[in-house]
Amino acid sequence: MNAIPVTQPSLSKVSARDVNVYYGQKHALKHVDLDIRPNDVTALIGPSGCGKSTFLRCINRMNDLIDNAQVTGLLTLDGDDVYDRNIDVVQLRARVGMVFQKPNPFPKSIYDNVAYGPRIHGMARDQAELDEIVMGSLEKAGLLAEVKDRLEETGTGLSGGQQQRLCIARAIAVAPEVILMDEPCSALDPIATAKVEELIDELRENFTIVIVTHSMQQAARVSQRTAFFHLGELVEVGDTEQIFTNPQHPLTQGYITGRFG
Amino acid sequence: MVENAIAVTPAQAAASRLKQRYAAETRFKFLGISAIVLSLSFLALLLVTILSNGLTAFVQTSIRVDITLDAETLGIDPVKPSADALSSANYGQVIKNAMYKAFPAVESRPELRQLAAMVSSGADVGLRKMLVANPSLLGTTQSVWLVADDDVDMAMKGHITRKAGAEGSRLTDAQLGWLDELEARGNVAKRFNTALFTVGDSREPEQAGLWGAVVGSFFSLSITLLVCFPLGVATAVYLEEYAPKNRWTDLIEVNINNLAAVPSVVFGLLGLAIFLNFFGFPRSAPLVGGLVLALISLPTIIIAARAAMKAVPPSIREAALGLGASKLQMVTDHVLPLSMPGILTGTILGMAHALGETAPLLMIGMVAFIVDIPASPLDPAAVLPVQVYLWADSPERAFVERTSAAIMVLLFFLATMNLAAIFLRKKFERRW
Ligand SMILES: Nc1ncnc2c1ncn2[C@@H]1O[C@H](COP(=O)(O)OP(=O)(O)OP(=O)(O)O)[C@@H](O)[C@H]1O
Ligand SMILES: [Mg+2]
Repeated sequence: MNAIPVTQPSLSKVSARDVNVYYGQKHALKHVDLDIRPNDVTALIGPSGCGKSTFLRCINRMNDLIDNAQVTGLLTLDGDDVYDRNIDVVQLRARVGMVFQKPNPFPKSIYDNVAYGPRIHGMARDQAELDEIVMGSLEKAGLLAEVKDRLEETGTGLSGGQQQRLCIARAIAVAPEVILMDEPCSALDPIATAKVEELIDELRENFTIVIVTHSMQQAARVSQRTAFFHLGELVEVGDTEQIFTNPQHPLTQGYITGRFG
Repeated sequence: MVENAIAVTPAQAAASRLKQRYAAETRFKFLGISAIVLSLSFLALLLVTILSNGLTAFVQTSIRVDITLDAETLGIDPVKPSADALSSANYGQVIKNAMYKAFPAVESRPELRQLAAMVSSGADVGLRKMLVANPSLLGTTQSVWLVADDDVDMAMKGHITRKAGAEGSRLTDAQLGWLDELEARGNVAKRFNTALFTVGDSREPEQAGLWGAVVGSFFSLSITLLVCFPLGVATAVYLEEYAPKNRWTDLIEVNINNLAAVPSVVFGLLGLAIFLNFFGFPRSAPLVGGLVLALISLPTIIIAARAAMKAVPPSIREAALGLGASKLQMVTDHVLPLSMPGILTGTILGMAHALGETAPLLMIGMVAFIVDIPASPLDPAAVLPVQVYLWADSPERAFVERTSAAIMVLLFFLATMNLAAIFLRKKFERRW
């Protein structure tokens, strides 16, 4: 439990101070300071390879899985150092859920996909409770109506958009506080994308969401805050409206107007 | 080509290149097809040889005689036959007497001996079983099918000539005459060779069975599986999911791959040194055989299991870890179930390989002549491939067909295992 060097503690759910990530010799993320407010959708934008995913994966320590990745600096969740020795990664990841770019349901039934998280965390005392969690999560993910008659069918048999919403249902079933989404719509068609975006907006009520996206329109539509990364550095962060109407940095302006990217 | 190259237009050049390409492709296809045809014909040749040599081993010539179970000849007290007396009685004599009775004209001693030699010297075993099971037959006359001697068997099957006086016949002219006579009376028949699948090895080909070897192979492979599967899967899980990727794990990986290529006889020597000489395990026992075979199959299983686990997409692992699963949960809940078909396929193939191994088992003394059917993995036993080796080494003509029969049984088990592997692979084949 380190002291929290944030300016507005009550306002940030996740906060990064001078976070650096190295992949071996490569300095992929440079001196990032970023506060993520609770119950906001924060969009991370920037050209390919600028470190958006890297930053996202710092928050739930998925970078631990990469052998040569090294993280320095301070990253806190509710004021607790995420990289503290005493933090249990398993518990951290229960608090910080993740939705990946490519839908990756388990090759199990739809029900088991959603029930897996609650099961391993012992969140349900009996079958009825588990059913309740599963149904509630599918409902919140806007998928229940489409799958309630075929919960026993395998999750990989759903359409791409349904699979992604299943992954979202799976993530929210463990009742995380923060949901990280890495380009959740890049494999989806416009209609499925619209559904997921709608869902993100609803989820904001209960969760803090960080989303990486390559679509300016999407960032503008779903997020309240936007952070622009460039070559591993955080160039600019602010309210989405301000970033899109009145960017302060020429790089930001160039990127959102499509002059480079 | 070179001198008229200037005159050729680009289109013509392209057309000629295309022609060459097609020609090359046709040549390649032809080579491939010939290779397949060649290997298939070798396989066909092998199968035809084995089948033509060995199919006859599944039947066995028997001779029917009327046997008088005379208590006096047998040496049993007719009033109160004790179990001991029943099992140690002189059954050979009643069989001889029955044969003499079938041909009353035969009188000279050498001829009588030849006559008695037409039934197997082990024929009394069946008779003893019959009487022990049913003592009330004592004193009666029974019509019994007795296993014929292997030379009679070979003659009946046409493997040796039945022409009287011909060179190379192992039967005397008198014996051939009796055989014709017996056949005319309908007292010779080829019946299913149950001994092959019920008893162990014997010096007499007509009494030799495969069952001891089958049971020995079963015990050995069970030990192999019990040792190999958990060890192999655990090793693969550790190397694939836990071990850091560094020089040490690279070294281990290289060594595992090398182990898979070590000649199996070396493992036999290792087993001899460790299990027999150091630990003092019993010789010729399936326990030791199984352990040695486990050493041989282990690298195969580890490599197969690692390949199967590598094929599980990383996105599944990320999904599980992202939900807060521990690494062990990720492995047991997702990676292992998804890779199990591949692991099992590899294991079955490893087992099939182990089933066919011979050389290392010779090193640990499994080449001994063993009649009894092993009751546990600690009893001395033969295994199928070693049985093939032993029979192939025996001079009697009747062992030639038995060798082929043993090969067929071995191939049957191998084919079954390989089919099971293919079935598993097809059934659980998964696309992400
Ligand atoms: N496992 C890794 N090993 C080495 N370098 C990596 C690794 N992962 C990412 N990088 C490098 O780190 C930098 C940032 O990568 P990151 O994936 O965070 O980019 P991104 O902003 O998410 O890009 P995109 O929009 O294409 O997904 C890139 O230059 C990339 O090459
Ligand atoms: Mg990315």
